[in-house]
Amino acid sequence: MIIGIPRESQTGETRVAATPQTVGQLIKLGYHVVVESKAGDASSFTDSAYTEAGAEIGSREQALGADIVLKINAPADDEIAALRDGATLVSLISPALNPELVQKLSARPITVLAMDAVPRISRAQSMDVLSSMANIAGYRAVVEAAHAFGRFFTGQVTAAGKVPPAQVLVVGAGVAGLAAIGTAGSLGAIVRATDPRPEVADQVRSLGGEYIAIESPEAEVSATGYAKEMGDDYKAREAALYSQLAKEVDIIITTALIPGKPAPRIITAEMVAAMKPGSVIVDMAAANGGNVEGTVKDQTVVTDNGVTIIGYTDLAGRLPATASQLYGTNLVNLLKLLTPEKDGKLVLDFDDVVQRSITVVRDGEVTWPAPPVQVSAAPAAATTATPAEVGPAKKPMSTARRLGLTFAAAALVFLLIALSPAALQVHLTVFALAIVIGYYVIGNVHHALHTPLMSVTNAISGIIVVGALLQVGHGNVAITALATAAILLASINVFGGFAVTRRMLAMFSRS
Amino acid sequence: MFSISTAATAAYVVAALLFIMALAGLSKHETSRAGNTFGIVGMAIALLATIALALARHIEPVGLALLIGATIIGAAIGLWRAKVVEMTGMPELIALLHSFVGLAAVLVGWNGYLHVEADPGGAEAAHLGTEGMLGIHSAEVVIGVFIGAVTFTGSIVANLKLSARIKSAPMMLPGKNFLNVGALVVFAALTVWFVIDPQLWVLAAVTVLALLLGWHLVASIGGGDMPVVVSMLNSYSGWAAAASGFLLSNDLLIVTGALVGSSGAYLSYIMCRAMNRSFISVIAGGFGIEAGPADDKDYGEHREITAEGAAELLASASSVIITPGYGMAVAQAQYGVAELTRKLRERGVNVRFGIHPVAGRLPGHMNVLLAEAKVPYDIVLEMDEINDDFDDTDVVLVIGANDTVNPAAAEDPGSPIAGMPVLTVWNANNVIVFKRSMASGYAGVQNPLFFRQNTQMLFGDAKDRVEAINAALSETVTAGH
Repeated sequence: MIIGIPRESQTGETRVAATPQTVGQLIKLGYHVVVESKAGDASSFTDSAYTEAGAEIGSREQALGADIVLKINAPADDEIAALRDGATLVSLISPALNPELVQKLSARPITVLAMDAVPRISRAQSMDVLSSMANIAGYRAVVEAAHAFGRFFTGQVTAAGKVPPAQVLVVGAGVAGLAAIGTAGSLGAIVRATDPRPEVADQVRSLGGEYIAIESPEAEVSATGYAKEMGDDYKAREAALYSQLAKEVDIIITTALIPGKPAPRIITAEMVAAMKPGSVIVDMAAANGGNVEGTVKDQTVVTDNGVTIIGYTDLAGRLPATASQLYGTNLVNLLKLLTPEKDGKLVLDFDDVVQRSITVVRDGEVTWPAPPVQVSAAPAAATTATPAEVGPAKKPMSTARRLGLTFAAAALVFLLIALSPAALQVHLTVFALAIVIGYYVIGNVHHALHTPLMSVTNAISGIIVVGALLQVGHGNVAITALATAAILLASINVFGGFAVTRRMLAMFSRS
Repeated sequence: MFSISTAATAAYVVAALLFIMALAGLSKHETSRAGNTFGIVGMAIALLATIALALARHIEPVGLALLIGATIIGAAIGLWRAKVVEMTGMPELIALLHSFVGLAAVLVGWNGYLHVEADPGGAEAAHLGTEGMLGIHSAEVVIGVFIGAVTFTGSIVANLKLSARIKSAPMMLPGKNFLNVGALVVFAALTVWFVIDPQLWVLAAVTVLALLLGWHLVASIGGGDMPVVVSMLNSYSGWAAAASGFLLSNDLLIVTGALVGSSGAYLSYIMCRAMNRSFISVIAGGFGIEAGPADDKDYGEHREITAEGAAELLASASSVIITPGYGMAVAQAQYGVAELTRKLRERGVNVRFGIHPVAGRLPGHMNVLLAEAKVPYDIVLEMDEINDDFDDTDVVLVIGANDTVNPAAAEDPGSPIAGMPVLTVWNANNVIVFKRSMASGYAGVQNPLFFRQNTQMLFGDAKDRVEAINAALSETVTAGH
């Protein structure tokens, strides 16, 4: 089958759905790839690079008329019309927000897969464009903030004086938030992060940020992997916390989104007004209405008190090469799933929860929304935490029990020796003491020397040869024969054991 | 008062002390070679004293010739085996050496019978009779033969399993625990019988019974429990020597046997603790039986990485921990791993090894393999020493290990291996697992590690993969960072 990669028509779009590298991978899956001329220009991928990777450079009609069309943005009307009958379109659709687009698509006898409807299960992570784009956007948000911020991010002590590090607050520790935490931290800023889901605290810390909890009984483990809307009491605590933080920090990056709803208003105009002049806010939720009062979509505004509010919605597109590469790889992973035989034939399996979830239209029939998928992002950890008794946990022996056992053993030894004839008593004494010595001597042996220890004990247990040496050669033929055999075996042990130990010990060397 | 006999006794005490010093010397790398020398000197003293004693007891010339001949042949065989054995083959060799001690103990025990019980009119029998020791002697013969024979066949089976000449899967006879216990009961009854009436057939029956018991005991234990089995057999070989010591009234044998016996028991204990299992449960076998591999849980999908990708990851890491398992020995990958270690250390990467106590088929097996490949021993650390450091580690390479790095042991109370201490590799930033396929480990338990977000699988033969990484590392000129 032929895959078409059209040039993105939306104004300001810099990304492309395939890079020369992912084209190579698509070809390996058995497909023929047609790339519209100049499709990769905005991402610095030249036509010749695509040709080298094995793609054919074609016209817009050719690319849109392919069996499978890979795109970034949802198709415009003329693009829908240019699709051939029976084609499969893969792009971002946002079916929940664009019901009329879904209607238009279903008017054509085509199949439409929405890349933004990939369920959040671990198996589908490699196709999750929302995650991969959010990651890039989080990085770029920090870069934009740093660009607009008139000071260093990192603290420095220079000959010209001391520069304090920037204080960064990241609201929402999802993929974008975590990327922002990591990026700001590596620029040297002091990063704090908030999130209603307490389970992200460890992730925040792992990236060098400080997690600030909003204490509330409502803050519970999320079952869908996304944050949900919170109650009034929670909102009051939250507002108090953010008013406080707004006065302290230099940079705020907000990433709070609730799927299918307008973005929650978290930073009010009063909080913005309380910030220091020169502070920067990047509102990554600007596309959905913004987390910050005063955000203007796709623009940078400066408030009266000198706070810059950045409302770009194309943060990922501002790193077009990386964004195209990751988006393209997500597409390759999806096509790997859809091409089980690697023969260039796309097969849609509705029993597979991933494939079912992303299919918006199948052969002109609306299949959205798919039945919900229960995502186990955190509950697995929660269930393991709850069981009180963790198996038959071994308790250290109580003193009473230990004493009891010792006395029982002592009594047994006492009886055994008391009942023995005098000649045996001496041997038993030696035996008992030697066991104790053996136990303490071995207890100190370094773990790395356990194998040499075994071969040495092997060698010295060849001491049994002493018994055979005294039995051999005293008239009885049978005894002498058996003893000779025993001497032979035991001396293999003695000589072999010591020699192999020597060899092993010689190998151990320090650096 | 000075006679050959008193001199021999004195020599035995000196030899016993030297043996203790030998074991004590092995507690540290620095003193280990001196320890081995103490052992050799002790053994030489004991042998010379015994030969002098044999001469003083008027050994026949033929006997002396046989003695010297057998010793020379045995020494030649032993030295030859020690020289040619591969370090990956150490477990087999050690198991084989155990079997020799076991067999020697059987032979010494039979000789004890021929010398005393079969010759009731002889001087020795008369001497023992006056001391009231005849019954004790008979008991000592039976016990010595029994332990020796169990050790003998047990070690033979262990050797065959370790050298893959028989299948390492546990043999499952119906009512196997009943068979084991039954054999012990029959043994006790036969011992009493033999003490009362020392008949040849009773001793023969005990010998056969013990040979069968030893075979069955080890045959029903699976390959992954071999570290426990080998140290258990080590212990048995010691007790066999001690039993011979009682039989011959020889304190040196008793001391040495007790030292070896308690040493093996202690090692078994360490191994069992490292698997969070009791000694009895290992002997009774059945790991993974109640677990059943029928595990339909959706662990998600694993991710793969190429050798080049792994090399890239390693080149940009500042801290790497390698956790090898038996798979490394099977694939003979230790030389490649050592080469990789050297390359990374040259780039300034902090490379260390994390060894689980039951990694390999012998206590300390991994350490010996790495030492053979010239990995410095001070970067080879034990589980407890390194487990806290995984948090700060960039890359962990899991080579041929599975159950010993399974997070289910720590996190899933329902897992069959729950509670087993494991290397917490999943706390590192990146984990690369070298594996042939996605099959589950020895315990038959699926490993959620493979499906973690920070885990990538590198499929194929461990040796080839490591060599591919080495090649890729040589090509990259930049030293990362």
